[in-house]
Amino acid sequence: MGYSASLYQVPAEDSAILPYDKPRAAEGRLVWQRYNCQSCHQLYGLGGYLGPDLTNVYSAPGKGEAWIRAVTASGNTLMPKYNFTEQEMEDLLVFLRATDHSGKADPRSFDILPNGMTRQK
Amino acid sequence: MLLLTLLFGLTASLYYAYPELGSKAPWFQALRPMHVTAAVCWILLGATACVYAGLRAKGHAPNLWIARLQWALWILAIGGIYHAYARGWFGGREYWEFPPQWAVPVMGAWALFLVQIVTAVRKIRRWPVYIWMWLTGGLFFLFAFIENYLWLLPYFREHIVGDMTIQWKSNGSLVGAWNQLLYGAAFYLMERIGKDRAAGRSKMAFAMYFLGLSNLMFNWGHHIYPLPTAPHVRYIGYLVSMTEWVFLLRIIHSWKQSLSAAQRHYHYFPYRFLMAADIWVFFSLAQAIVMSVPALNLYTHGTHVTVAHAMGTTIGINSMILMAAGFAAVGPPATPVHPARWLGIAFWTTQGALLVFWVSLNWAGVLKGFWQMSAQQAPFSQLMHGLRPLFVVFAGAGLVLAISLGALGVALMRTTLTKTVRPDLNNIEKTS
Repeated sequence: MGYSASLYQVPAEDSAILPYDKPRAAEGRLVWQRYNCQSCHQLYGLGGYLGPDLTNVYSAPGKGEAWIRAVTASGNTLMPKYNFTEQEMEDLLVFLRATDHSGKADPRSFDILPNGMTRQK
Repeated sequence: MLLLTLLFGLTASLYYAYPELGSKAPWFQALRPMHVTAAVCWILLGATACVYAGLRAKGHAPNLWIARLQWALWILAIGGIYHAYARGWFGGREYWEFPPQWAVPVMGAWALFLVQIVTAVRKIRRWPVYIWMWLTGGLFFLFAFIENYLWLLPYFREHIVGDMTIQWKSNGSLVGAWNQLLYGAAFYLMERIGKDRAAGRSKMAFAMYFLGLSNLMFNWGHHIYPLPTAPHVRYIGYLVSMTEWVFLLRIIHSWKQSLSAAQRHYHYFPYRFLMAADIWVFFSLAQAIVMSVPALNLYTHGTHVTVAHAMGTTIGINSMILMAAGFAAVGPPATPVHPARWLGIAFWTTQGALLVFWVSLNWAGVLKGFWQMSAQQAPFSQLMHGLRPLFVVFAGAGLVLAISLGALGVALMRTTLTKTVRPDLNNIEKTS
């Protein structure tokens, strides 16, 4: 119970990431869930397996905000299109930007320590 | 629920083999949670039935009215969840995701289940290890299930890393909790089959139980190594996960003993499922240890190795224990309704198909692992295209698995429905 309670407090890493609009990011998280994005996509390698991991899609070369807007509005050969409202789209973008700022999910961005543990470079 | 699990799982697997279906027929979004919900309900309801049958056999039958209320809440929850999926209403958290209002009847049903367990075990003297497993499994499930909905509070949802840490803590503990219920059922069955009451009260049994319990509480950290959470969370997960070596070494150490028991009891059909579960425990444990070393986790995390692990444990271990308990409860299998020869063929086909299914997923996962660590990374679509032959094998093995395991499920259901006496695990003693 004590261990659980310690986890319920905001981790230091959360306060260290770049500031973001917390209430809107929380709303964006709900959009992510409402449209069941996790069925196909992952965040930090957790989620579905049909689509790519989207943790850092906001800052990935050739991707970013305009790309997210375009691909969700028109779909592609593997993904259906979504009719987000403008508010939903904005909230989702805030959530994805905040996730992107929280860290890197690419396994190549980790160092391996002598004890077998990994650490972000 | 087993048949629904197989149906939805099989249909969802087609999307891996033919991903272009994703845009033409976008039902995958609903199929995945439909599959997961059916699988989780099959395990949870099956585990509940095992515990009730075990307590009844000990002379502590559950209160009928509470049990009826419990089943009514489950029916309400399952009906509501599937209605939501059919309407395209999601909104929950993976993996067992559904609109959060349906968590209320699930929570209510589980609380009633706990009342039944506590009421019954209070009257039992000198608890064997499986009673501890049922009690702690039931308690931890309720705790983790409530914790799984902390995201409803903005305080938790607003902190991305902390929120994901709690999500995977509760997911890991939920699985650990239902494993406690089912391993308890397997322990109970083995006690009845082997007619060895001391086994469930030995120091070794309790040592293994406490090790399992500590894993339930702390080893979930290996799910979130890439997450930038506090280092001690990852180190605790790493250290506790490495205690799984003790389980693996114990299996290897008692291999001869297990083989001799298998030869002794092989003729008894329910025992074969326990034997299969033991073998899948070995495979799954070895795989879990590899995945829990952070340096190796870089290659397996987010790949189909994780799916293979989930399938190996839910089908190979959980479902095999439930089948063992089910066939033990309905009595001798050689009846005109389902000749034993058919059952034997279905049993071995299930094991073979599951092995091919598991290997193809692991293979795909390893290839994805090398892809995600390669310096010159090809586009994701190219990776998925390259994996397609393995997904075709996976879907093909899934079809055979669905037919054979489904046949066993139908045989079990028909026997249960045609039996005139009340299903009871006491039958084991009459047939062994």
